[in-house]
Amino acid sequence: MNMHPQSDPQVLTTRDGTPLKVSLAKALRREKLRSLALIAPLLIFILVTFAAPIADMLLRSVENGIVENTLPKTVNALSGWDVTSSQLPGEPVYKALYEDLKVATAEKTHTRLGSRLNYEASGMSSLFRKTGRRIKRMDEAGPFAEQFIDIDKDWGDLATWRLLKRYSPKYTPGYFLNAADAQLTADGIAMKPENERIYLLLFARTLFLSLTITLCCLLLGYPIAFLLASLPLRSANLLMILVLLPFWTSLLVRTSAWKVLLQQEGVINDFLVWIGVIGDASRLVMINNKTGTIIAMTHILLPFMILPLFSVMKTISPSYVRAAKSLGATDWTAFWRVYFPQTVPGIGAGAILVFILAIGYYITPELVGGTDGIFISNRIAYHISSSLNWGLAAALGVILLGAVLLLFYVYDKIVGIDNVKLG
Amino acid sequence: MTESRGASVRYENVQKSYDGETLVVKNLNLDIPPGEFLTMLGPSGSGKTTCLMMLAGFEPATHGEIFLNDKPINNVPPHKRGIGMVFQNYALFPHMSVAENLAFPLQVRGMGKAEQEEKVTRALEMVELGSFGSRRPAQLSGGQQQRVAVARALVFEPELVLMDEPLGALDKQLREQMQYEIKHIHENIGVSIVYVTHDQTEALTMSDRVAVFNDGIIQQLSEPDQLYENPQNSFVAQFIGENNKLSGTVVAVDGDTCDVKLDDGTMLKAEAVNIGAVGSRTTISLRPERVEFDTHESMDNLIPGEIREMIYLGDHIRVRMKVAGNDEFIVKVRNRGEKRDLRAGQTVEIGWAAGDCKALDPVA
Amino acid sequence: MKLKTILMAGAASAMMTSAALATDLTIVSWGGAYSNSQNEAYHKPYMAQNPDVTIINDESSAEAVAKLRAMNEAGNITWDLVDVLASDAIRLCDEGLAEEIDFDEELAPAPDGTPASEDFGDLIVADCFIPQIVYSTTFGYRTDIEAWKGKEPDDICDVFDLETFPGKRALEKRPINNMEWALLCDGVAKDDVYDVLETDEGVARALAKLDTIKDQTVWWSAGAETPQLLADGEVAIGSTYNGRLFSLIEEQKQPVKILWDAQVFDLDGWIVPAGLSDERKAAVMKYLRFATDTQRLADQAKYISYGPARKSSAPLVGKHATLGIDMAPHMPTDPANAKNTFLYNYEWWADYRDDLDAKFQAWLSK
Repeated sequence: MNMHPQSDPQVLTTRDGTPLKVSLAKALRREKLRSLALIAPLLIFILVTFAAPIADMLLRSVENGIVENTLPKTVNALSGWDVTSSQLPGEPVYKALYEDLKVATAEKTHTRLGSRLNYEASGMSSLFRKTGRRIKRMDEAGPFAEQFIDIDKDWGDLATWRLLKRYSPKYTPGYFLNAADAQLTADGIAMKPENERIYLLLFARTLFLSLTITLCCLLLGYPIAFLLASLPLRSANLLMILVLLPFWTSLLVRTSAWKVLLQQEGVINDFLVWIGVIGDASRLVMINNKTGTIIAMTHILLPFMILPLFSVMKTISPSYVRAAKSLGATDWTAFWRVYFPQTVPGIGAGAILVFILAIGYYITPELVGGTDGIFISNRIAYHISSSLNWGLAAALGVILLGAVLLLFYVYDKIVGIDNVKLG
Repeated sequence: MTESRGASVRYENVQKSYDGETLVVKNLNLDIPPGEFLTMLGPSGSGKTTCLMMLAGFEPATHGEIFLNDKPINNVPPHKRGIGMVFQNYALFPHMSVAENLAFPLQVRGMGKAEQEEKVTRALEMVELGSFGSRRPAQLSGGQQQRVAVARALVFEPELVLMDEPLGALDKQLREQMQYEIKHIHENIGVSIVYVTHDQTEALTMSDRVAVFNDGIIQQLSEPDQLYENPQNSFVAQFIGENNKLSGTVVAVDGDTCDVKLDDGTMLKAEAVNIGAVGSRTTISLRPERVEFDTHESMDNLIPGEIREMIYLGDHIRVRMKVAGNDEFIVKVRNRGEKRDLRAGQTVEIGWAAGDCKALDPVA
Repeated sequence: MKLKTILMAGAASAMMTSAALATDLTIVSWGGAYSNSQNEAYHKPYMAQNPDVTIINDESSAEAVAKLRAMNEAGNITWDLVDVLASDAIRLCDEGLAEEIDFDEELAPAPDGTPASEDFGDLIVADCFIPQIVYSTTFGYRTDIEAWKGKEPDDICDVFDLETFPGKRALEKRPINNMEWALLCDGVAKDDVYDVLETDEGVARALAKLDTIKDQTVWWSAGAETPQLLADGEVAIGSTYNGRLFSLIEEQKQPVKILWDAQVFDLDGWIVPAGLSDERKAAVMKYLRFATDTQRLADQAKYISYGPARKSSAPLVGKHATLGIDMAPHMPTDPANAKNTFLYNYEWWADYRDDLDAKFQAWLSK
């Protein structure tokens, strides 16, 4: 249909001849820069306080430069040694170790390496501490192998050298393997012995308990949110204060209150015994186990379910249900077919909020979880603050983050992430 | 859908109070014959919506009984009353398509799939939205949503349809068009319709009869033209159309007419619609378009007035005057294209027939 | 001109005096009764002697190890002195996060001239750690349990004897101490405990012993839990720190007694964070010299029932500051209480803690 087949497809230009698109982009660029400048403080804030720590954590879960940095010559000398060999490394390796350790002892970094390697094999910590103390008294002329084995027979143990060799690369999958109850052995990756496996169980339990808590919050929160949304303003405000009341009380106080209520000599058991529902000898165990964690966390997280539900329900005009009824629907049908589907975005928002909060919770499970009600976050906290095994903590954190993202993805596929409304 | 299949409705001594202290509906008695289009008209807070909600079953009556086809329905839950309803903001279910919305009342009645589809299709055609079945309500314009709402209220063939200010959210032009459409649907199907609005034009355009509500009481129940021509009290006169009010005292009564002495001493002849004995106070109600500048001797009332303001409105000219002490006296002059020598500040003689001014409100 | 000169001179002198006068010492401790005892015995007298020093209390000892590491990585040490457990001190020392201390050079000798290193003696378990108190982890039990028919536990193995002493137990949610007690009661000689625990069979043996009371045990993670559980009657016997039991018995008058058998001694003391400026370090060392002398350590025992870490302090321990009772019999180190004791094996646990903890937690969650 083109009357001028030889000409370019028509390019619109401004009056000075610049193509319209270029001109438009230029005009918009200034707008874009301005809006970028407006969000810059927040962006920087997020980068510094959120993105950077996460990146740092990701890196820590694989980072392992400490061996090479502390024992550079040894690592170099070990490169010729076969990890599967049944021969100890030769004298040059011991000499390199001597030189490295002399420097390390002066800088007091040898014990740090010892604690790092102790995460992989017990005894490394004292081996390095002991060797560091004796290194000054060693004969600089050698022979080094003999002297080292004299300090501690572990230096004559193949396992020690295999460990050093295995962990000499700058990056290691060791932390992740640990976090998945596996380990690096001479024969490659293998599961840990049965009696040391714990993390997979904890991950599974964390997911299961978080889902249970989310479900409990939904079951308890939905009717309350409904009541809030349908009551007249004044009573609704009063009820809202009651819902928010827990926020004004310290988390520890609330958790302790649950202890007083739920323990075997506690208020609820006393009451049940008093009215004769249970015998004095068969008091219920409701705390220091899963039940305790579920009850206490449901209570703590309930407002996070109620608030999004409430804000969504508030926007649902009562005329929908009336319309449904006028069209012949019973109360239940009107609720289930007309009201409930419209609250799904609120359920989605509340459930995600509660689930995400629950999955990372640690104080409450720590206090009321006993042994079978603790979460993976309790182990992460332990490794951060107590064992100082930050690499393992980071790996556990990364896996947790991955699991949450995966669940988000699944949620998006099933429900659709657009179908989430906070208000 | 052609036969008349409307239901009758009867309110008997119905009262309603929300707080136990004030009555929002005071002793309502109302009879709606099958197939009638009855409009409840009134300002907000007049009790009209409450009457509708009691009929729909969403509000219980505090006292009295409502009958549907001569059966008391006070204890029948809303979903068993079989009354179609169109809501103010349509209340189309946002998570269902248009067709699903229409099928909803059929589904809950356990109707077979094929029959459902047929009825939905027919209902959509009735409101000229045949190809919109798969859309979501949010994808429709306001007028289209309105039609879907009407179709949904009719699809299960109720004998009575209630409409609660259904056109309130539409713009003026669309509103007028929808008024005719609803009126035609009513004429074609023959259901009874109870329609609530505060818009008098709507009420006059569509209804067989109009019940004017104020203060929880029906002020007047009559056909639209009667409402305009023969208001029973000054509230109705004021609420329906424009109205000039002059107050005075009855000095003589002669059959249908009476003499009224206005507060400034002017004597008028008026139609005695609703007055007390000689000497009682009354309010004269006079439509602005019934006042003439071209006066002649045979007119019942001839009095001077001072022109205060002239407003040109195209088809007519509004003249604001001071007449018998009333500054807000309005006269509408039809624009016939002739030059008329009227200016603000002039004092001219105006006149009207006794039958055009009604003496109302025996006490007020 | 004149005004300006005066102002500048004033500002300069203000700056100089403030630099000369104000020394802030941020001292990290555990909070609660323990911090209070330090405040009374150390901080107040020190500030009275040195009016230019202000001591700022921080109650972060529970997270001290992790926080010190984070501060060290960030290169900004905000603490001057930190109160930690010996095992944490060893970790900090290993990680290079604490200063090494020359005991004889930097700390006061005993009143009779004995050098500090000798006065502290065996309690010096790490180069960076100045011990302050000896406390013990031991058991408290209720005295009003009818099912015990008047008997009272007097042997550590009574904890594992559910027949004679039925009732719930409270144990710490970590392997340390529990494993030792279990092996002792499984017939392992005291001197062999760690050799046995080093083997997989030994661990299995200890856990098997703990299995016998596992379903009767409440596991605690904060020292305050056991006293509360005992007071509520939730448990019949529970392990905790002896100072907590002291206040439960003497201050709150609960029907509880202490089972001193096989109590495990542990140390709490000071470390100086590595990387302080010379000026700050000098200020800290001055304080430390005062706060760790013989009299000060003895004074602390007036406020809390923990034994002073110096041998020379023991004879100076007097009466409780408010209760007025003789403190000596309440000290874990009192000869009557210390007939059979254990000293926490720091070296061994530093090596095996991670491994045993994994096994212990795996066992717990089964």
